[in-house]
Amino acid sequence: MIEVENLKKIYRLGDSKVRALDGVSLQIQDGEMVAIVGPSGSGKSTLMAILGCLDTPTKGTYRMDGQAMEKLSDNQLAMIRSRKIGFVFQQFNLLPRTSALENVMLPLSYNGVKGKTRQEKAQSALEIVGLSDRSRHHPNQLSGGEQQRVAIARALVNEPSLLLADEPTGNLDTHTGADIIRIFQNLNRERGQTVVYVTHDSFIARHTNRIIKIEDGKIVGDEKVENPIEAGMPRLDDVLAPAHRDEGKAGQVL
Amino acid sequence: MNFFENFRIALRALTANKLRSGLTMLGIIIGVAAVVALMAVGKGATSGITSQVEGLGTNVITVSTARFFREAGSTTQTLFYADYETIEEEVGSLAKTTPYFQIQASVVNGDRQADYSVTGVTSNFASVNAYTVSRGRFITQQDNLGEARVAVIGSQTSQDLFAGLNPLGRDIQINGISFSVVGVLASKGTSGFSSQDDVVLIPLETGYSRLFGGRAFSGGRRTLSGITLSALDAEQVDSIIAKVEYTLRREHSLTLRDDLGFSVTSQSQMLSTLSSITGTLTALLGAIAAISLLVGGIGIMNITLVSVRERTREIGLRKAVGARRNIILAQFLVETLTLSILGGLLGTLLGVTIAWVVSLSGLIAATVTVDTVLLAFSSAALVGLFFGIYPAYQAAGLRPIEALRYE
Repeated sequence: MIEVENLKKIYRLGDSKVRALDGVSLQIQDGEMVAIVGPSGSGKSTLMAILGCLDTPTKGTYRMDGQAMEKLSDNQLAMIRSRKIGFVFQQFNLLPRTSALENVMLPLSYNGVKGKTRQEKAQSALEIVGLSDRSRHHPNQLSGGEQQRVAIARALVNEPSLLLADEPTGNLDTHTGADIIRIFQNLNRERGQTVVYVTHDSFIARHTNRIIKIEDGKIVGDEKVENPIEAGMPRLDDVLAPAHRDEGKAGQVL
Repeated sequence: MNFFENFRIALRALTANKLRSGLTMLGIIIGVAAVVALMAVGKGATSGITSQVEGLGTNVITVSTARFFREAGSTTQTLFYADYETIEEEVGSLAKTTPYFQIQASVVNGDRQADYSVTGVTSNFASVNAYTVSRGRFITQQDNLGEARVAVIGSQTSQDLFAGLNPLGRDIQINGISFSVVGVLASKGTSGFSSQDDVVLIPLETGYSRLFGGRAFSGGRRTLSGITLSALDAEQVDSIIAKVEYTLRREHSLTLRDDLGFSVTSQSQMLSTLSSITGTLTALLGAIAAISLLVGGIGIMNITLVSVRERTREIGLRKAVGARRNIILAQFLVETLTLSILGGLLGTLLGVTIAWVVSLSGLIAATVTVDTVLLAFSSAALVGLFFGIYPAYQAAGLRPIEALRYE
C-alpha cells in the first residue's frame, strides 16, 4: 500500500523556485491499476520519480507498505528500488550488446540472487511476457514491442510491490502498444500486481481502474473508471472522421 | 555482484569500443614499454661498463694531466718524462710503472685509412695494462733504444686495416711515416667510453723523435700523456696513490694547499664514479619514461570521463533497478584497471622485446630485471586506479532520475 501525504518538490532554477509538486496527497491500495495523467510539465514525472524512489521529496511523507521513504539514504533507496519497485520506461532502456535474459537478470544480480536461481527467475519472467523463445536475442535483434516486453520482464523479475510504467507505449505503434497495455492489464487482473501507469493520453488512461489527474503540481481529479477499456479496442477518434481527431487531446496517436 | 561479474561487464564495455580502448591502452603500453626498455638499457650499460672496468684490474692506477671531471678554476700541470723516472724510483718496488704519450693520427694501409689513437709506449706497457699479444711480438726495449719504426696494433685495428689478412711484416703509414707491423694484440673488448682493441702502439722513443713533434716537448723537456701503474699488491693501491701525489707535488714545487693539477686515480675509484653516473642516468631515463606513463594515465581518465557521459542513461538504469553507489564505482574502476593492467602486461612484453632487440644489435646487453618489471607493472596498475577514481566517483554520484533523463 502506498500513502502519500502533502508531498512537495521544489526545484531552484537560478533565483526562482519551481514547484514541481505542490502538496500532493493520495493512497493506492495493493492490487490497484492507477493511471496518473496530466500534460507535460504538470509534475506527473516528478511524482513518478518519487513514488519509484528515484528521487526524494522536499517536504511531505511517503510510506510504502508502512515504511517511511522520505528519510532513506541513497543506498537504502537503491535497495527499495531493487526489492519493491519495477520500472518500465518509454525508451525501454535495455543494455545494448546484452541478451534479453541477461537484461532481465540485471536487477537480480543487484539483489544478491545467485547464478542458477537467477537464470530460472529471469526465464520465467520472460515467459510471463511471452518471450521465452527470445531469451538469447540482443535488443537490436528484437522489435520495439519485444524490447518493451523484455523491459517489463526485467521490472517483474524481483516480484515488486509496485510496477511503475512511464509512457511505456509512447515509442510504439497502435497495435504493439495495445499488446503492451494488455500485458499490464493481465498482470493486474491475474496476478494482483499493483500498477501505476503514467501517461498524458486520457484514452490510454481509461484502460485502468482509476485516473488521477494532475496539473501544476496539484491533484485536480481522482475518479474510478467504471468500465475500463479492453486493450485492442479502437480509439473513439479513430472511428470518427479524422477531422475530429484533435478533440481527443492526444499529443501522440496510440 | 562479485568481482568476476564486474570484470565481465568491464570487458563487454571495453570490447564495445575496441578502437577507443586500444588507443587508450596504447598510452599505457608505450609508457610501460618505455620504462622497462630504458631501465633495461640503463642497467645493461651500467653492468657492462663496471664489468669491463673491473676486468682491467682493480690494482691499476692512472696518472694523467687531464682530469676526468675538472673543477672550475683548477690548474693543469704538465706531466714530464722526468716525473715518470722519479715515480719509478719512488714506487718501482711496489708497482710496475709505464709511461705513455698519445696522439690522434691518421693511419693508412693502401686505400684503407682511419683515425686512431696512436700511443707511444715502453716494453712493459703490455703487462701493466694486461694486454696479451696474439700474433708476433710486443714492442721491446731494443725498439725504443733503436727508435725502430715498428708498430703493434689492436685486433680491431687489424680487422679494419687488413680485413683478415696477416698484418705481420706489412707497412702502415702513420701521419705519412712508414711503420712495420710486428704484433697484433688479443681482443680485450670495449671499456665503455672507448674500445681497447682499436689501438696503435709504437715505441715511445720513436714517437718523440719522428711522430709527436713539438707538442711532446715543453721548455725543451719531454712530456707525457700519462703514467700507468700496476700495484703488485692490491692492498697497497691507496699508499701508492699517496706516494705518487707526494712525489708530483715535490717535483712540481706544489704545496698541499695548491691544486695538484694531475689526476691520480685507481680503477676502483673510477668504478664507483662510473656506476654513480650510470645509476643517475638510469634513474633519469626511468623518470622520463614515467612521464609517458603519466600521460597514458591522463588518457585513461579522459576516455573514462567521456565513457561515463556517454553511458549516463545506462548508469541511471542500473541505479533504477537497484545498483548501489559502490557497485557503479567498482564497475568503472574495474574498467580502468582492466585497461591499465592489460596495457601493463602488453607494455612489459613490448619493453622486454625492445630490450632483446637492443641486445641483439650488440650495442648494449640490456638486462631486464624482475624489479624493473614489477615497478613498471605496479605503476601501470596504480595509474589506472588513480586516474579511474575521479570518473568512477562521477558515475557513482549521478542522481538516477537525472541520469535516466540525460539525452
